[in-house]
Amino acid sequence: MLSFILRRLLIIIPMALLVVTLTWGLIRIAPGTFYDSDKKLPPAIKANIEKKYGLDKPWYQQYFLMLGNVTCRIKGTDEITENGLQFSLAGYDFKCLDFGDSLKYQGQSVNEIIRRHLPYSATIGILAYLLALMVGLSAGIIAALKQNTFWDYGSMALAMLGLSVPNFVFGPILVLFFAIGIYLFPPARWGGFSAVILPVITLSAIYAAYIARLTRAGMLEVMRSDYIRTARAKGLDEKTVLLRHALRGGIIPVVSFTGPALAGLLAGTVVVERVFAIPGLGNIFIQSVLNRDEPLTLGIVAFLSILIMIFNLAVDVSYGFLDPRIRYE
Amino acid sequence: MVENVEIIKGTSLWRDAWKRLLKNKLAVFGLVVLAIMALLVIFGPEIIYLTTGFTADGIPEDGNLIKSFPPSLIHPMGTDEAGRDMLARVLQGGRISLMVGIISTFVSLIVGVSYGAIAGYLGGRIDNLMMRVVDMIYAIPYILIVIVLLSVFGGQNTPGWISFLSDTFGGAGNQGLSQIFMLFFALGLVSWLTMARVVRGQVLSLKNQEFVVAAKATGVSTFGIIFRHLVPNTLGPVIVYATLTVPSVMLTEAFLSYLGLGVQAPFASWGSLASDGIRNIAIFPWQLIFPGLTMALTLFSLNFLGDGLRDALDPQTRKF
Repeated sequence: MLSFILRRLLIIIPMALLVVTLTWGLIRIAPGTFYDSDKKLPPAIKANIEKKYGLDKPWYQQYFLMLGNVTCRIKGTDEITENGLQFSLAGYDFKCLDFGDSLKYQGQSVNEIIRRHLPYSATIGILAYLLALMVGLSAGIIAALKQNTFWDYGSMALAMLGLSVPNFVFGPILVLFFAIGIYLFPPARWGGFSAVILPVITLSAIYAAYIARLTRAGMLEVMRSDYIRTARAKGLDEKTVLLRHALRGGIIPVVSFTGPALAGLLAGTVVVERVFAIPGLGNIFIQSVLNRDEPLTLGIVAFLSILIMIFNLAVDVSYGFLDPRIRYE
Repeated sequence: MVENVEIIKGTSLWRDAWKRLLKNKLAVFGLVVLAIMALLVIFGPEIIYLTTGFTADGIPEDGNLIKSFPPSLIHPMGTDEAGRDMLARVLQGGRISLMVGIISTFVSLIVGVSYGAIAGYLGGRIDNLMMRVVDMIYAIPYILIVIVLLSVFGGQNTPGWISFLSDTFGGAGNQGLSQIFMLFFALGLVSWLTMARVVRGQVLSLKNQEFVVAAKATGVSTFGIIFRHLVPNTLGPVIVYATLTVPSVMLTEAFLSYLGLGVQAPFASWGSLASDGIRNIAIFPWQLIFPGLTMALTLFSLNFLGDGLRDALDPQTRKF
């Protein structure tokens, strides 16, 4: 088990580097640069900008320089930078995980921008996922236990609605009712618990719907399996059968959905951030792509892809606890 | 001689599935709504123009009174900021939204099915490599890929055949429209990943069966085995997954239009209409609510139809 986790953790490093490489390539393929504007720059100024950012070097030198910065390299003697992880080893100064300065937000390092904006996205994302889990699991379990009754059809129709209403429609409608119609919550902006409620509900709707459907399907399948019949046959009461035995197997599809869902929640909060004017990471990411702010785009992509891979690893590890039949060599 | 022998007709897989689908009330509801929606979207704008004279992009010249006019008998969905009839705009926008659904899904189907089938059939190291590539693309935010595709192949660089398609379907020489067609392809090119995984799984379970061995023994080429013998046998799951891809690409298009990257004025899609409406939500809520609800109803029907098709074509798979 431990060697499995270690192996998977080690694979993350080359995978993340490949993702960074692909992203870098994609940004470079796209025409246009960060200093493009409506006015055409004089060639001398253009040459100066290219020199300052090292864009005059051949592409492979630029690539390896970028790769050295985002991984680890020996710090140059005349280099003055506080970015990234810095330490000394065997007489050399090392510098790691430095994504450089943003090209658009002058004088701010990518690491700092991520650190500053992540908490907003993470708060909303994690709260939304918890809410989606609570609502989705209970709706799914009820629907499965009372299959083909009003409860089943009702909660599944609601889930379908959650999947079908786009969140940029759902969010403003919530605002219309609960912030403008009756003033229960602020319509936008960050500040205090009450400001979090509407964005969290908006964001969680589609995930709650998905989880409800997955839970119902998983529970229905598990309730028919042999080990549940055994549990009933040995005289366990229905509550124990349900909570101790069925739920563990039934929520496996939900657990495997968690990896992609959390990734989506952390990166895909863009709409909610826009609707509710929240300074989160999603919006920063979209802006960075549109601005051709290469270091910022690379930094966010690298950060998110590593996060996603760690989530996926955690999901795979938790299978073992949920279903004793799953083993890792 | 025996006379009046009744010939018992065997029921094919497809006829069986069709029967099961018709028994599913929600799926039939979805099918009917989609059919009505398609008819409305195809003929609606012309009918509105002939009966009332409103068009989706016709800005009335007279007075400020008609701008952002609430729903009424003349304008069942009200008017927008510029005084254009919302009903005409929603129906016109539906053309682009439904086209996104159909064309992008078709692109993702072609890429995903061939990729998955080739990876699954060839197996071994090639399969491993091809699937790792899929994993890698999964890890890159699709929005980055769409933006790069749009900026590399947009504007002057639009491939000739895309301009040809947009000229054929939407009138010649329209730069904006060929841009929208490019968007369809870009969306298709980012949504084939799951399709490839589904098809690969199917092909892996099929490729050791007797009919494939027989085909190999009679000298059918690898290409022939993959596309003549294996792909047709994966159609069930492929159709099911395709119906679920349609709503997801429509949502993605709406999301991109909402961000200002997708469909731009004077063209409209449900997503771009809704994003225009959001700006006026507090004062003129109908500008968001009607396009939003039309889109939600369509996605709702598509999801029900997709569920119904899955149950009908593949009764063994679990429901979710």
